[in-house]
Amino acid sequence: MLMLLLAPALLWLLGLIVLPHVELGILSLRARVAPRVYEPSLAQFRTFFEEPLYWHTFMRTALMSIVATAITLLMAFPIAWTIAKLIKGKSKSMLLVMCLIPFWVSETVRTLGWMILLRESGVLPALLVWLGVTPAPVEMLYHDATILVGLVYTSMLFMVIPLISALESLDDSLIEAAYDLGGNGWSILRQIIIPHAAPGIVAGCIVVFMLTLGNYLTPTLLGGKNSQWFTEQIYTQFITRFNWEQGAAFGFLLLGLSTAIVWVGLKLSGQKFGEVMQKT
Amino acid sequence: MAKHYGAFRAVDDLSFSVARGSFFSILGPSGCGKTTLLRMIAGFLEADSGEIHIGGKATRGVPPNKRPVNMVFQHLALFPMMSVGENVGYGLARRGVAKDEIKRRVGDMLERVSLPGAQAKRVDQLSGGQKQRVAIARSLVLEPTLLLLDEPLGALDLKLREHMKIELKQLQAAFGTTFVYITHDQSEALVLSDHVAVMNHGRFEQVGTPQQLYYEPQTPFVAGFVGANNRMAGRATEVKGGIVTVTSAQGLVMPARAIGKIAAGDAVEAFVRPEVARLARQAATLTDAGLPHFTARVDSLLFDGANSAVLLHEAQSNTEFRIALPQTGEFADLTVGETVSFGFDPQRAVCFAAGTTADEHVFS
Repeated sequence: MLMLLLAPALLWLLGLIVLPHVELGILSLRARVAPRVYEPSLAQFRTFFEEPLYWHTFMRTALMSIVATAITLLMAFPIAWTIAKLIKGKSKSMLLVMCLIPFWVSETVRTLGWMILLRESGVLPALLVWLGVTPAPVEMLYHDATILVGLVYTSMLFMVIPLISALESLDDSLIEAAYDLGGNGWSILRQIIIPHAAPGIVAGCIVVFMLTLGNYLTPTLLGGKNSQWFTEQIYTQFITRFNWEQGAAFGFLLLGLSTAIVWVGLKLSGQKFGEVMQKT
Repeated sequence: MAKHYGAFRAVDDLSFSVARGSFFSILGPSGCGKTTLLRMIAGFLEADSGEIHIGGKATRGVPPNKRPVNMVFQHLALFPMMSVGENVGYGLARRGVAKDEIKRRVGDMLERVSLPGAQAKRVDQLSGGQKQRVAIARSLVLEPTLLLLDEPLGALDLKLREHMKIELKQLQAAFGTTFVYITHDQSEALVLSDHVAVMNHGRFEQVGTPQQLYYEPQTPFVAGFVGANNRMAGRATEVKGGIVTVTSAQGLVMPARAIGKIAAGDAVEAFVRPEVARLARQAATLTDAGLPHFTARVDSLLFDGANSAVLLHEAQSNTEFRIALPQTGEFADLTVGETVSFGFDPQRAVCFAAGTTADEHVFS
């Protein structure tokens, strides 16, 4: 009975996750020596380390993702606090819905919306000219900051939700008790609220980091040629170069990178993966 | 002082003082405003009018973290993310006390609340009573002028509650800190306190020692709320020498001592405590003792060990009375349906003009 209930999930896991990964794993560990002749080789991974562009892009993607995650956390925390602790009743669900509404449109449309706002002939540069801030329209697309704006915007909900559930479970009397015993806003945040919300914070960070690292659309559209996102390299190898072996190797490197960073994050925050995942 | 929420007066024109080093309880039913009052003293709420002075200093505008007042919360609010030692040391650390000094004072404090060496324990490893002691230690280590306790025994089971009552009283005596304790449990208030304020609808009905509240209630509410009581509403048909003869609507005629001014013909409320009335099989026993007596039929027996009682219906008026069963064994064979006599000393029954509230009385 249990197996029957789990069957769809298991089929999905096996067919769409495990099998393709095994296939990609095999692909990544072979090299083409002649047309239709392959032999086992680590050449793809060697290329990655020998070609600076690849591992520069790789490190840049990781760093930008960490920065995007941090900004998302900083922006989502006050929102989650407001929804979880300050607002009661109907307006609470209203605010949650407002966080959710942007996700009713597809990511492409949302990103195009940003492009309309930020491109040189767009709304925001025109507004700046009209206000006299800049003499001529400024191109606001194709900067790192633009990519970050897009990534944070896309990720917000995935940070807000686990934070709300973590903060809602915090007993208000703990905050009052700390205040009564001489704590102030900052020390209560650091010693009571953050330790309590830690599993939720880490859960939100993991989800947002994964989504950001693996995002293709937002960096490509908002960053243009300057984006240098690692997923673009994978896309290029598979689609443009038709070098599936190299693309597969890049895919595995990205998987390894995200796993490593999440592991380090868990170690640094002293959280356990199982507990954290229950909070998401 | 006063606190209003819109038209609702949570705390309505209160004025009282608590002697330094005493145990003061505020007793009242839920929703009477006692929590609001406590939160105003703690500083979580600001009074709409009036002033709170603590240790001679005005407190208006002083936030909770700057007041010489600490609070033990209803559910204790121990910090689960910290060890016992960190919990107790939290307030000291916030005051910037040196680490060694914190360690020493936390150790001393835990010893004084009989938890020596518990510093490294996690909060969830403690029993209910131990958590209670940690919560009190966490506040007392800051040597507050005033310790507020918000029904801290409410969440404990009966046996532990009885035990903690005694412990709280001993702790207060040992530390000499002023305790202000709020509760809806009259037994806690009576056992623990030097003085008790009975609160209802945002006002103090009466402030006094537990004995005064019990023996000399000043309002019908206090008479009904503190201890058990049989209540009779009726009219004063005769007033003579401080004793009122009350005639109830059902036709029961009983004497009671007048509290406040009562004239013949006034609507009144009379109270007789179950433990004041005497039960007898022969009416003669009561007449010999010089007590007015009534004949009644036993309706049910309420056995509860030392608090056993019997429910009677007075023969003429069918008024229900609850009378304590003496523990002498004399009535051990009492059966339902039996006819007995009961009587009481009119001096120990009290009578109020109907609708008397705290307004008409000056507190002693």
